[in-house]
Amino acid sequence: MADAVLSSDPPKRRAIARPNAVRRFFQRKSTVAFLMALPLILLIFGLVIYPAFYAIYLSTLRKSMTSVAWMRNCSWLPDVICTHMPFGNMQFLFTRETFWKVVYQSCLFAITAVIFKALLGFILAHFVHNIPAKGQRKWRGMLLIPWVIPPAMSTLAWLWLFDPSYSAFNYVLTGMGFDRIPWTGDAGWARFSVILVNIWVGAPFFMIMYLAALKSVPDQLYEAAAIDGANWWQRIWYVTLPMMRNIIAITALFSTIVTFANFDIVRVLTAGGPLDQTHLFATWAFKLGIEGGDIPLGASVSLFMVPILAVAAIFILRDINQRGNEA
Amino acid sequence: MRRQTMSRRRFLAATAITTTALATPFVRHAHAAGKLSIGLWDHWVPGANRASTEVAQAWAAKEKVELTIDYIPSQGNKNLLTIAAEAQAKSGHDMLAMPTWWPQAHAELLEPCNDIMTQLISQNGEVNETVRYLNRAGDKWLGVPATIGSQIKGPCSRIDLLKQHAGIDIQAMYPAGAAPKADGWTMDAYLKAAEACHKAGVPFGVGLGDTTDSVDTAGAFFLSFGAALVNAKGELTVKSDPVRQALEFCVKAAKFYPADAPAWDDGSNNRWLVSGRGAMIMNPPSAWAVAKRDAPQIAAQCWTHGMPAGPRGRYAPFLPYFWNIWSFSQNKPAAKSLLVALSQPDAVAKFVAASAGYDIPSFDKLTTLPTWAEEGPPKGTLYHYPNPHNHQTLSIAASPAPPKIAQQIYSQATLTKMIVRHLQGEPMERTLAWAESEVEGFLRG
Repeated sequence: MADAVLSSDPPKRRAIARPNAVRRFFQRKSTVAFLMALPLILLIFGLVIYPAFYAIYLSTLRKSMTSVAWMRNCSWLPDVICTHMPFGNMQFLFTRETFWKVVYQSCLFAITAVIFKALLGFILAHFVHNIPAKGQRKWRGMLLIPWVIPPAMSTLAWLWLFDPSYSAFNYVLTGMGFDRIPWTGDAGWARFSVILVNIWVGAPFFMIMYLAALKSVPDQLYEAAAIDGANWWQRIWYVTLPMMRNIIAITALFSTIVTFANFDIVRVLTAGGPLDQTHLFATWAFKLGIEGGDIPLGASVSLFMVPILAVAAIFILRDINQRGNEA
Repeated sequence: MRRQTMSRRRFLAATAITTTALATPFVRHAHAAGKLSIGLWDHWVPGANRASTEVAQAWAAKEKVELTIDYIPSQGNKNLLTIAAEAQAKSGHDMLAMPTWWPQAHAELLEPCNDIMTQLISQNGEVNETVRYLNRAGDKWLGVPATIGSQIKGPCSRIDLLKQHAGIDIQAMYPAGAAPKADGWTMDAYLKAAEACHKAGVPFGVGLGDTTDSVDTAGAFFLSFGAALVNAKGELTVKSDPVRQALEFCVKAAKFYPADAPAWDDGSNNRWLVSGRGAMIMNPPSAWAVAKRDAPQIAAQCWTHGMPAGPRGRYAPFLPYFWNIWSFSQNKPAAKSLLVALSQPDAVAKFVAASAGYDIPSFDKLTTLPTWAEEGPPKGTLYHYPNPHNHQTLSIAASPAPPKIAQQIYSQATLTKMIVRHLQGEPMERTLAWAESEVEGFLRG
């Protein structure tokens, strides 16, 4: 009898405990946080993760999109493995002259533009930092204009300045007795033009980040340096730069990613020409995938940005972490 | 126990409701034939969209169809993005306007239009070989050639400048209202005229860039020499004598084009004509129409005419649009009925008039509409634009290669790149080797 009583009790307790457990689950901070973040998670899943995996899937297909593009004749892999790898498009791209041209141009474009944006942003930030507080807001606002105008719009204005036949710059140059410059017709000048426009658009971002970093450097450090007899260059080298290192690294990483994946400036200004000499990964992917109707190959080209940027991100973030630990 | 009874009033109400419910599906109301969603090309010419809206909505009212029309611009390739997105999603418009290569690119996703094409051909006349090449897969018609957006990119010349500097009376060669007398309009004559105009400071404004205007002109020149990078069987023919001859000719001519021609886009040639800086461009009459508005003294000197003849014939660049029905369309019968309505001679005449002669129907019997004879100034400037005397072969660059290969050659602008590479000093055989390697890549399935 006692057994029977004992055996009938626990279910009752469970029945009473269930609502409390559910309530407790929903009252947990982590659950509430998860539920509040859920819309964002769904958004990221729908607009970032799903398209990324879909792009990977597309890149494994043949042009007709009805079968898988298996790899063939790999010299560095046994045939058994090679013929079961669905990266035929990537293998094909490695054999194309234009692909390597695009790799070179993307690196040249991103590295040059980021270096000059950082340099210009650093100089501008110092200028603005030294302007008396009263007039500083106006200058900050004006210098941010290139960054806040949609690049596709501002690049249209640049297009008119660089137009092959009616360039405003050439009008001025010829007026001053110089020769016309083929801004978008010659490979070197076309690359210069797209990089210049990218610097013009992106430098204000660096400026505002560096300005924020500059404002957070304690004045006492400069005072101490001045007492020690440090000149202007030594103050920059031994005080300003070390204090801004992390911001410089993060800004450079962020800008490298955005610059590497740039589409609008090149698309509007040169469309990749002349002779494909200004194509970047994104513009060439669009050319192949949308204009050429080879969506799998276009998807493959766009995916090449991922490993290159991942390597850059790992190095820069590792460096920041190491410095953080040292501190 | 209370007995349930039905009053006379209640019986009548119930009968009326039941009858209405049963009969509703069979009543021919305002949208009895369902819904239809279509995407048409957003026309450059202001007001041209109104004509297509009127024709389509008149058909919809008559057929009791709820019609939705979206006008999709080709600027920024929005139409290509729409086509690609709908093909991937297998959902979207019932009928979509597709330019040149896209019906072939999505052939397996398109509803065959053999029934209506047979009917339209017997009514409006035969279609040209380029339309067949782009709009037929095996024995299946992929759609209906659209009047709206279809164009020939032949020469538009300055009457005064050609006469003055090259000694060519283009109006006498291509008289308004009569057949061309253009036997002397050959590649040699073109080259001499290009050289003379270049010397006079009014060069021919022919682009050598990556965009369609440049590619189309190069394509027509190549075909005039019988040059193809890939033949109809899909075999590589880059290193052949016709290709060498065509390339040599194009480079000779390119020396007389503006120095910045390799950087030109599809707007550069228009600006070249309207600004009065050149004696000739290769374009449909949109440039002339802009000149009519912005520079009437230049428009009054423009004459649209045929291409020069090469050793293998006289080829003009023709870029047709097509109206295609997706296989996943929800209302195929209504879409087909609309395509027939849009291809009636009255509707075609209305589209051509609304576009000021820009649009060209692909059917043989519809190339002599009054708009082209009457447009001006100068009167008759567009008479020869739709090729009324069939004196040139309407073609598309990169043909006769199988369309999916030709599309790659076309979109990658391989022909103009070959010209520019050789023009910039690369030896011909190196240029041909580069082109062969590029095209080999396009052959992959």
